[in-house]
Amino acid sequence: MTVLLFSLIVLVGAIAAGLIGSLTGLGGGAVIIPLLTVLLGVDIHYAIGTALVSVIATSSGSAAAYVKEGISNIRLGMFLEIATTVGAVLGTVVAAYVPTNVVAVIFGIVLIFNGINSFLEKETGKAVESSKLATWLKLPGTYPTSNGIVRYGIVNVVGGFIMMIVAGILSGLLGIGSGAFKVIAMDNIMKVPFKVSTTTSNFMMGVTATASAVVYLQRGYIAPGLCMPVVIGVLIGAILGSKILVKSKVKNLRVIFAIVIMLLAANMIYKGLHH
Amino acid sequence: MAFLSKIKDSDIELAISKVLRYGVYIAMTFAGIGGFVYLYRHGNEMVGDQYAQYVEKDDKFFDYVHHMFVGIFQGKGRDVITLGIIVLLATPTVRILFSLLGYTLEKDKMYIVITLIVLAIITVSVMGGLG
Repeated sequence: MTVLLFSLIVLVGAIAAGLIGSLTGLGGGAVIIPLLTVLLGVDIHYAIGTALVSVIATSSGSAAAYVKEGISNIRLGMFLEIATTVGAVLGTVVAAYVPTNVVAVIFGIVLIFNGINSFLEKETGKAVESSKLATWLKLPGTYPTSNGIVRYGIVNVVGGFIMMIVAGILSGLLGIGSGAFKVIAMDNIMKVPFKVSTTTSNFMMGVTATASAVVYLQRGYIAPGLCMPVVIGVLIGAILGSKILVKSKVKNLRVIFAIVIMLLAANMIYKGLHH
Repeated sequence: MAFLSKIKDSDIELAISKVLRYGVYIAMTFAGIGGFVYLYRHGNEMVGDQYAQYVEKDDKFFDYVHHMFVGIFQGKGRDVITLGIIVLLATPTVRILFSLLGYTLEKDKMYIVITLIVLAIITVSVMGGLG
């Protein structure tokens, strides 16, 4: 295979990764890593480095639009970033002591239940009353819908914060799954509207990934020839996706989200059982 | 400086979205230019097994950046791509710095503290890599 053909295949995969990532609030790693390792025979170290680049590209590319449209909740994102970054640091520390394969299987199963739940869930236009802690932290916000600007409340800040630490630990431990648990923490636990949850997850993802970026550069995980089509493709995909999300129905987004996290779960369980 | 006291959340949102957008466009431009040079020179070569086996490296970050600039001045496409990647990897951190500026202008003490905590944690974990 020539370098040109190789780059074109990666480019197409990267556009898909950016598109899915921006619509679901999940990182593109789940698409990029299997494409590179299974189909193209790339070593896992280079694949992980490339996935990190794709996660940051998805985050910055789509968040640029989501923040401007006022969908992402930047205060909520900033506050929860404390939890995810602390979790990411903890994750790399505990990786030496816990059997990551067992963790992968357990969380894979949790994701499957969540995927099923996401299929069943109905959007109730839930106007929850914010908890005192959420109000004190200035977390409740507004977001644009087809019926105009809608105000929403936020509850269970402590529960959401703990789930975010778990999401951070998982990203430090497994390299995947943190986006899924971020969306679950906001959507299920804190009762943040779905679109706000996925776009805020997107907005946060880049910061969680930044912590590992320098280490990856130094260790040579980031191969420029491999990352070039990924940077370009993911950004194109993410910018397209962000245009689609703004207009899409929440119900359709939930279905895409459910399918993607089920695939992610299968991937996690498979990884756990084969190591 | 009356306008500074009237800064709103929507102004911060606009600034952040601009930071992200410019960061992304600059990264894409460098990756595109570098990619064009790289593919022009190497596009017809075989990929072979150049990515099949990971070669461990342990560069000092500043040596890494130094090598990159040397390569750029020699007109190497791959080093121009690397510059684009570094710009991209820096966007989330620059975004946090702009939020900090915004909350400072808004005099929102709680969020100044929250943003500083996030910056401190990132600094610690990046320093772990630099050490």
